[in-house]
Amino acid sequence: MKNKNNIGEMVLLSGNEAIAQGAFEAGVTVASGYPGTPSTEILENLCTYEGIYTEWAPNEKVALEVALGASFAGARALVTMKHVGLNVAADPLFTAAYTGVKGGLVIVNADDPDMHSSQNEQDNRNYAYAAKVPMLEPSDAADAKEFLKMAYRISEEFDTPVLLRTTTRVSHVKGIVAIGKPECSTAILGIEKMPEKFVMLPGHARKRRVELENRMNRLKEFAETFPENRIEWADKKKGFITSGVSYLYVKEAFPGASVLKLGMAYPFPDRLIRDFASQVEELIIIEELDPFIENHVKTLGIACKGKELIPAIGELNSLIVKKSVSGTEPRDLFEPVQVPMRPPNLCAGCPHRGIFHAISKLKVFVSGDIGCYTLAALKPLSSMDSCVCMGASIGMAFGMEKALGKDSLGKIVAVIGDSTFMHSGITGLIDVVYNRGFSTIIILDNRTTGMTGHQPNPSTGVTLGGDICAGIDIEALCRAIGVKHVVTLNPHEHENAEKILRQEIKRPEPSVIITKAPCALLPEMKKRKDKKIHTTIEANCIGCRSCLRIGCPAIEWIPMTPEEARQFGYKETQKGHSHISTVMCDGCGQCRPLCKFKAIVIEGENNG
Amino acid sequence: MDKTMNVFLCGVGGQGILLASEIISSACMHAGFDVKQSEVHGMAQRGGSVISHIRFGKKVYSPLIEAGDADIVVSFEMLEALRYLPYMNNSTKVIVNTQKILPAPVATGMDTYPADVLDQFNRRELAVFPMDAFDIAEAIGETRAVNMVLVGALSIFLPLEESIFMQAIEKRIPKKIRKVNIEAFLKGKETLKRMLKKA
Repeated sequence: MKNKNNIGEMVLLSGNEAIAQGAFEAGVTVASGYPGTPSTEILENLCTYEGIYTEWAPNEKVALEVALGASFAGARALVTMKHVGLNVAADPLFTAAYTGVKGGLVIVNADDPDMHSSQNEQDNRNYAYAAKVPMLEPSDAADAKEFLKMAYRISEEFDTPVLLRTTTRVSHVKGIVAIGKPECSTAILGIEKMPEKFVMLPGHARKRRVELENRMNRLKEFAETFPENRIEWADKKKGFITSGVSYLYVKEAFPGASVLKLGMAYPFPDRLIRDFASQVEELIIIEELDPFIENHVKTLGIACKGKELIPAIGELNSLIVKKSVSGTEPRDLFEPVQVPMRPPNLCAGCPHRGIFHAISKLKVFVSGDIGCYTLAALKPLSSMDSCVCMGASIGMAFGMEKALGKDSLGKIVAVIGDSTFMHSGITGLIDVVYNRGFSTIIILDNRTTGMTGHQPNPSTGVTLGGDICAGIDIEALCRAIGVKHVVTLNPHEHENAEKILRQEIKRPEPSVIITKAPCALLPEMKKRKDKKIHTTIEANCIGCRSCLRIGCPAIEWIPMTPEEARQFGYKETQKGHSHISTVMCDGCGQCRPLCKFKAIVIEGENNG
Repeated sequence: MDKTMNVFLCGVGGQGILLASEIISSACMHAGFDVKQSEVHGMAQRGGSVISHIRFGKKVYSPLIEAGDADIVVSFEMLEALRYLPYMNNSTKVIVNTQKILPAPVATGMDTYPADVLDQFNRRELAVFPMDAFDIAEAIGETRAVNMVLVGALSIFLPLEESIFMQAIEKRIPKKIRKVNIEAFLKGKETLKRMLKKA
């Protein structure tokens, strides 16, 4: 079990690991979330602590509802998600702000400036403002753990959910953290009926709305003396107001300047800001993404500089802060050298590759979704034509179909992963059946949530803690929704997949194709002993490049000059040949039927 | 050591860069330094280019190394060293694993692998230390220990005792594969030491 760390010990933890440790120290007993970079490791770590119920919910909305219920029962509850997950959970969030809590409730929200692994870079500090919920913003792992514990105290003292916002460079940065003593909630566990607080009928909600406003005023007052809103006085020529990881960049870039660090991103400590501003000659706001602090400071009538100096797009770093504020190029740097790009790729043995190769031959519009398979949009598969948000593929394919009418039959497919389908694809499918569509939906069932690092989902049959549970039967679910044509196939056999696909897209009724094969990186797949490693009989290769069309990282093109071609016994006109790396090959066999010249064979088999 | 030391690791997803980073940063912590280590998960792991920033010293603020500010670069793959040239300066020490992992555009014949990676460093008069870490790891019978070979090589340039690395390896690496990882570490260290003697 985790809490192997001793109280007082110094350990190296990522922000996410520190949040898990913080949840343990805060006495959290119920935690829910949905995987999403950069938030995933919080629950993956928390589930190894004893005495805490942890789970992956089907989506972030359910996760927050579970935590809110636990809070109403008097438990300290935690919810974790990435920034776009809060869009999904926004519905319960806005009204949870009205009901308030019983046991402390903290929502950890991980933003991803620069979109390292996201489809947008929204700044979720705006949610704190919009939902009228306090937000804490740690700068590093040590902060993250302490701030989480403070968030629980604030939540219970002020009867409110609290947001804790990290960014990629807080979640995934390791730093030194001191292990602390576990504490307990002040709330009492049990069922308590408080309809005026818990039942948001308009009559009750109107009263809570007033209470919400009073609460925000009390929180504003609290923010003035909250110790993590602190001024570090130094030279007063330049004064910086900053929060989160930006604080670290300011300290690195301008170690001698005065800084107001806002540990609480919302609401703002107006008097503290005025006091700080009045004592520095030049006031500069350093924040990633939106001018959230800057706009507020300006509404106070205080002159400051912000986004006219500091980029609003992407991550900051100390060099950007230095350059933007002082306007000087620090020193001569080596110019970048042009080298081949190294885009991420579907792994060798990935079951998605086969179905996308089949799709790529159909010349259809592929309405895509969020997951590893979004990489199929890249060359050479180039078989994804839209990707917006979790679960959007089905509804969007259906919308295109309604816009284009009967002519679109056979020209559009929706593609969605098993975890994404569980997250928010099911309702899209219901719409297709309900409103008499003829969409073809491909569910890529690789038995896991791949991109975020193999978390189980409701269809996997395993819980976050590794316990066996009743896995949702995707095929039966689709039939229960009313889809009459549901086919399950093996995507590694892409010739068969192509045949079925051609047949299903022409059907004037809804149809679902489930491509079922485990992710190649799952431990049971990596360990399997019967891998049929493929290899190349190079002499048979005529250099037609057919096998390269699936973009497998194990297949390599070896270029040849005419002399080399002659020397190796090829036609002089042959520009090169393929080569399969037996170290990289995972034995899926997808490449073999692509070669019409018997140049691809199974290693060690008599391939005569 | 007053100045914060900046160690920049780069390579390809799947090469064990994150584990190597963890060993190095925990060794720094055990030696009494403040340390911050930054990496990115998710999309980057699907065979993409992977980097890790390690900064240690008396007090470390920013988790990210500034362009031109790396004291040591360890490139787990040859051409990746060249991609991150802007992080280096004239006195950066560059340890390069000469192992080639072809990027997709090269593997599919759309682009070519640069033939002169090491020359490019020599031309800029950078102190470059090339070694075939894959070969070394293969020779000791564990190709997955490439990362420890390179950590061993790097250890020569860090103000940390060997015993501190051993402690970090012991804590983090399962018993079953510990011996071979320690061997890889020592082989990497020895290889770099020999290189310095020759120079």
